Amino acid sequence: MIARALGLPRLRFNGLFGGAMVALLVLVAIIGPWLAPYDPLKLDLMARLQAPSAMHVLGTDEFGRDILSRLIYGARTSAWIAFSTVAFAIVLGVVFGVLAGFLRGWTDRILMMFNDAFLAFPGLLLALGFMAVFGASRNGIIVALGLAYMPVVVRVVRGTVMSIREREFVEASRVMGNSEIVTMMRHVLPNCIAPITVLATTMFGWIILSESALSFLGLGVPPPAPSWGNMLSTARPYISQAPHLIILPGLCISVTLLAVNMLGDAVRDWLDPKMQD
Amino acid sequence: MVRFLLTRIASSIPTLLIVSATVFMLMRLIPGDPATLMLGDLAQPGQVEAMRRQMGLDQPIAVQFLIWMGNVLTGDFGQSIATRQDVLPLILDRFSVSATIVLVAVFFAALIAVPAGMFAAWRQDRFSDIAVIAISTLLLSIPSFWMGLMLLLIFGLQLGWLPIVGYVPFSRDFTGALLYIIMPVITLVLVESGSITRMARASTIEVSRLDYITHARAKGLSESAVMWRHAFKNAFAPTWTLIGLILGSLLANIAVIETVFTIPGLGRLLIDGIYARDYPVVQGCMLFIAFIYVVVNLIVDLIYPLLDPRVTA
Repeated sequence: MIARALGLPRLRFNGLFGGAMVALLVLVAIIGPWLAPYDPLKLDLMARLQAPSAMHVLGTDEFGRDILSRLIYGARTSAWIAFSTVAFAIVLGVVFGVLAGFLRGWTDRILMMFNDAFLAFPGLLLALGFMAVFGASRNGIIVALGLAYMPVVVRVVRGTVMSIREREFVEASRVMGNSEIVTMMRHVLPNCIAPITVLATTMFGWIILSESALSFLGLGVPPPAPSWGNMLSTARPYISQAPHLIILPGLCISVTLLAVNMLGDAVRDWLDPKMQD
Repeated sequence: MVRFLLTRIASSIPTLLIVSATVFMLMRLIPGDPATLMLGDLAQPGQVEAMRRQMGLDQPIAVQFLIWMGNVLTGDFGQSIATRQDVLPLILDRFSVSATIVLVAVFFAALIAVPAGMFAAWRQDRFSDIAVIAISTLLLSIPSFWMGLMLLLIFGLQLGWLPIVGYVPFSRDFTGALLYIIMPVITLVLVESGSITRMARASTIEVSRLDYITHARAKGLSESAVMWRHAFKNAFAPTWTLIGLILGSLLANIAVIETVFTIPGLGRLLIDGIYARDYPVVQGCMLFIAFIYVVVNLIVDLIYPLLDPRVTA
């Protein structure tokens, strides 16, 4: 609607708005330590549950910690976890996807049997299972969510490799005497970049959502380190006394997800004309 | 047709086997000895040894898995370490709570979102279409637990219209139960209708470009006849798959909603089990939820040919 008022096509607007917001998130995550007015962990029991004021722009939490600083460090946490998890899932997914798609035969059949079984778990359930094993920790989340979302990557990469390896230019590379590995690296993999980019953008959103859900359940980022999810969880008992403790972190998650979803729509339409509507 | 049904059913058997093996292995990776956990800190070494034998933990891992599978198939999911209750009845009891909320929520979400998506597709690129997409993208971006907390804050605390926490079974107090599940259900309806609307819109647009729709229009049929008689069935098929996926995955995702509204559902049982290291409960819940997910998707696939007969070919 705003797009129309500004006279932009919707997708251009999606890409610009989503991209700008995601860039802002990344920027805040990087320069967070210089941006935050207070130490996010510093207790001030005299200033508990304060409403927004000149001293604390967004108020304080149940231990008198500055909310704005905690939200900024929370952005750092979410962005770092989301980036590492997407990278982890993509790297593993590409390795297995390429192996399955290129070697085919029994390798493919066995890999896919396990992959499909992993896909048969709802993502969050598998992540919860892994968290039960690792215990709540930052690296635990990265591995758990990475493993939980990897099967989707494997599916997409394998499908793309399967279709590309039948194309003429791949055959041409073989005829020219290039080895399978060279053909793979030089001609097949580069053509997988578009679908992987689309998937990575979407996954970035899934991971931010899942991480905040895990942290909200107490199985994600362990307190006192701030994450948007665990801020919501620890603020629950104070919902009637200090509603801003609930409103602000959720708003951060929602705005971030909205931005990622809009960027995702734009990236998909840009790189994958088949899906364009 | 029969062949399609049988292959589809058979193909889910290896999936279920690997799913069970995964759950089993995950539980074995949890640090700590189950027998020691079962007996508590004060157990003598001899008792632990006896318990390990009784629980079959001295057997090779493959044997342990087979014994466990055998037990699961006969409905024996083991006993909770914390309460000594049988796990399966516990799960079924909690499942009825979660399933009620999920089924009601997904039903209403589909009822609202499918027509909304088709409407948006029909008005493609006009103001009402853009409004529908904007709202559904927004809904899609709000995490369910925050949506729940906001409803709780507004309707429970500020306005005081609805009870804020708890649950009563429908069998005990129908109106009371209704009041308790209104907010969790509305939360899920709002959150899930976002993705269903977008899917319904995208697949309707795809179908409406096909020649047979142009043909139907050229015959002089009214727009609503074209939409409902010709486009709907084909457009609904992919959305139906999505609804199935949502139905299954909500059983795991509902843990956050049950936490917000303090509802004693299956998700909460799983989370509390993880906290308490009550591994038979965790194992049982994970296996049960994964099985339901596989079975729901199987049922969805089996119904699919009724919507789109081409898949059996």
